[in-house]
Amino acid sequence: MADAVHIPDEAETRARWGNFAWTDANAEQAKVVLGRYPAGREQSASIPLLDLAQRQVGAETHTQGWLPVPVIEFVARQIGVPYMRVYEVATFYTMFNLAPVGRYHVQVCGTTPCMLAGSDDVLAACKNRGLVKGGTTPDGLFTLTEVECLGTCANAPMVQINDDNYEDLDYDRTVAVLEALAKGETPTPGSTISRRASCPEGGPTTLKAMVDENHDYRGEWGTAHAG
Amino acid sequence: MPKLKVDGIEVEVPAGATVLQACEAAGKEIPRFCYHERLSIAGNCRMCLVEVKPGPPKPQASCALPAADNQEVFTTTPMVKHAREGIMEFLLINHPLDCPICDQGGECDLQDQSVAYGRGQSRFGENKRAVTEKYMGPIVKTIMTRCIQCTRCIRFAEEVAGVEEIGAIYRGENMQITSYLEEAVTSELSGNVVDLCPVGALTSKPYAYEARPWELRRTLTIDVMDAVGTNIRLDSRGRQVLRCVPRINEDVNEEWASDKTRHAVDGLVRRRLDQPFVRVNGKLKPASWDEAFAAIAAVDHGGSVAAVAGDLVDCETMYAAKVLLRGLGSSLLEGRQTGMDYDTSSLAAVNFNTTIAGTEEADAILLVGTNLRWEAPLVNTRIRKAIKRGAKVFAVGPETDLTYNAEWLGADLALLGDLPEAVVKAFANAKKPMVIVGGGALKGGHAASLKLVETLGLIKDGWNGFNVLHMAASRMGGLMLGYAAKGGIADLAEAKLAFFLGADEVDFSRFLGFKVFIGHHGDKGAAAADVVLPGASYAEKSGTWVNLEGRVQRGERAVFPPGDAREDWSILRALSDAMRATLPFDSFAGLREAMYAEVPALREQGLVTFDWNPPALDGTASGVLEGYPIKDFYLTNAICRASPTMQRCSAELVHGETFAEAAE
Ligand code: SF4
Ligand code: FES
Ligand code: FES
Repeated sequence: MADAVHIPDEAETRARWGNFAWTDANAEQAKVVLGRYPAGREQSASIPLLDLAQRQVGAETHTQGWLPVPVIEFVARQIGVPYMRVYEVATFYTMFNLAPVGRYHVQVCGTTPCMLAGSDDVLAACKNRGLVKGGTTPDGLFTLTEVECLGTCANAPMVQINDDNYEDLDYDRTVAVLEALAKGETPTPGSTISRRASCPEGGPTTLKAMVDENHDYRGEWGTAHAG
Repeated sequence: MPKLKVDGIEVEVPAGATVLQACEAAGKEIPRFCYHERLSIAGNCRMCLVEVKPGPPKPQASCALPAADNQEVFTTTPMVKHAREGIMEFLLINHPLDCPICDQGGECDLQDQSVAYGRGQSRFGENKRAVTEKYMGPIVKTIMTRCIQCTRCIRFAEEVAGVEEIGAIYRGENMQITSYLEEAVTSELSGNVVDLCPVGALTSKPYAYEARPWELRRTLTIDVMDAVGTNIRLDSRGRQVLRCVPRINEDVNEEWASDKTRHAVDGLVRRRLDQPFVRVNGKLKPASWDEAFAAIAAVDHGGSVAAVAGDLVDCETMYAAKVLLRGLGSSLLEGRQTGMDYDTSSLAAVNFNTTIAGTEEADAILLVGTNLRWEAPLVNTRIRKAIKRGAKVFAVGPETDLTYNAEWLGADLALLGDLPEAVVKAFANAKKPMVIVGGGALKGGHAASLKLVETLGLIKDGWNGFNVLHMAASRMGGLMLGYAAKGGIADLAEAKLAFFLGADEVDFSRFLGFKVFIGHHGDKGAAAADVVLPGASYAEKSGTWVNLEGRVQRGERAVFPPGDAREDWSILRALSDAMRATLPFDSFAGLREAMYAEVPALREQGLVTFDWNPPALDGTASGVLEGYPIKDFYLTNAICRASPTMQRCSAELVHGETFAEAAE
């Protein structure tokens, strides 16, 4: 269980990423980030800078991005913190990828609420589309990871793909999302059954008169009112 | 000063103390894993739970709870008992319970505390978690499944050693302690995490599977690897010292020891001289004691006799040699093997006057030509503490990583006469300023450094901030016994007969007379000698050593010297007979009495006070320091050069060789 993912740190990784440096735009952004913290507290910028770096790696490799060890070290040097301290942060948060991922990082929630609401179907859909847990499809498109609760339980089951959530899934809708992504489209994020946020399915069940305009219910208090 | 009650006992503790400390003050034992009095508080093992009134109706971690007035603490209530049992059970859930094959067995906090505070048996039937081993270097062996994640090792590396290379990666059930990318931890103090680790996760690699603690005989003695005089305990079985661990001495080493102190002991059984040798036709041939003595007695020295003390010898050996020389009509004594000839007319001017513990209080520090990290790692840790309290550190010398930020002024000794404004200012504002002059600067910079006493105002009421940092365990004792010739070792070169007491760092080609080596390892000294007399190492003799701050300390003999080797003083005693200059004592106690009579300061253990009357030395310093005297921390004397562990450390940590992990 505690055999964690292998963190690549071979000569190739060093050769490919050893010279990592911010793009001009990201250099600006890094300055903005660092500006948020008082002098002497640069360590606080670990997470935002790692995120920025992961995105830059993503842009350079046309994937969701990951954090090669030399890039983690680059961030550590920038904020003047020992490598180990930034490395700990990068390994702590599952949002940081320690190994390369595909264009789309499909993170299926498998925690209890999602599981009860059908995350097994979502995973089955992924599997039948050729996705393998912990691996990337040969076309480099999808990496599948099963994750713990992503805080969208009210719209379970759900999946997070890169920066977007797709919710209220079932087998077919999961396939549809993946197909759309594979075609290069961007399916509308959020509920896949057109729910608004986590409002009730099929429209409101109470306070219906409030849907389109403000409604004063006070006169109706006490009168029998179904609903 | 909060006053509180622990199990009905009233105690008063200093402000800022924790409930755990209050409990200890009341004589109550509180089990703990993560808490360590020399490290920051982590509060993550929960073993120290107690019941506290007033407070929430649940047990509280006493190590992280400040003691407050009118608190009532209970350590024996059913709530506390259950809490401890529960924590113990949780800790053991993922613990492999492999005590029979664990090196920590017999001295394991987890073992002891589970017996004392745990339930009789486990209710856990699921699979246990396992964690892969991590490579941490030549000293520390890891069995990470045993780790209970107390984070002591992480805190030690960061706070005391100053090398932030150990950390915890991943989280929750996957959390693992590792060195950065599983590279060797580059600290001279890494061995201390082995003592700190409350379980068998970090154990000593060189000592792996050697012995059980209850088989060992413990001897209290003094380390000789540097001039700090670390208080150590040698654990031996039969004739062999198996390991060396530090003892607590707040004034000297706190409870740490450098890796050299700990692990050079495997050099004690290698390359040993275990019988006399005499050079015949250019080759050293085994000989009997009588033959060897006869060869020495045959030298026609005419009173031209010299003795050179090595870095590791004890005062008794040096004293016996001194008396022998006196009997032969000579006083050519020297201990500074590498040719130093600084003025020794006042020992205060070559002493570490601030004291090791006093260093912590300094608020402005100037290092002159010293790589403290290698020359005295345990003084370096004190400087780290001073920095934590706000001290500013400046350094003159080639830049090197001292584990903290020093402001490097340059490597030119001329700087001493013309210190930058910032330094002068910092020292002017300092209440406890100190200067540490290392061996690198003593040669050309002694006079200029002494002048700093005036210009930087190093001496204040109850404070002497002038310090010389020696590197040899024998140095201060040697200087007290007069092992210093005016012109340094050059004065001795002409001697017709020269005794080398474990001296291996001398330039032997300058000695043209008859050379007798009395020592324990077949190193440079023995190779150059005409007669070799096998002596005892520091583990094989009782002796007196004076550390760099002038602290007289005594050690006991742990084991007997190998083969025909004898304790050095008895060799000199027997030799004196053969040379018809019989020493006036025939027991070790007699020797000591005579020595005390001559140098009374050696009689009492503890700090010697040297009066401050520095010599008026002339001269300004100049010249660029090219480097520091110690080129390889792990190979500074004959014992470590014979130690496979030190060889390996040197190859890996100093010379950057990589060792395949597969070798494990
Ligand atoms: S290795 Fe030992 S000292 Fe380090 S966290 Fe684990 S149990 Fe604590
Ligand atoms: S359980 Fe899936 S998002 Fe919370
Ligand atoms: S000793 Fe208090 S929590 Fe570990």
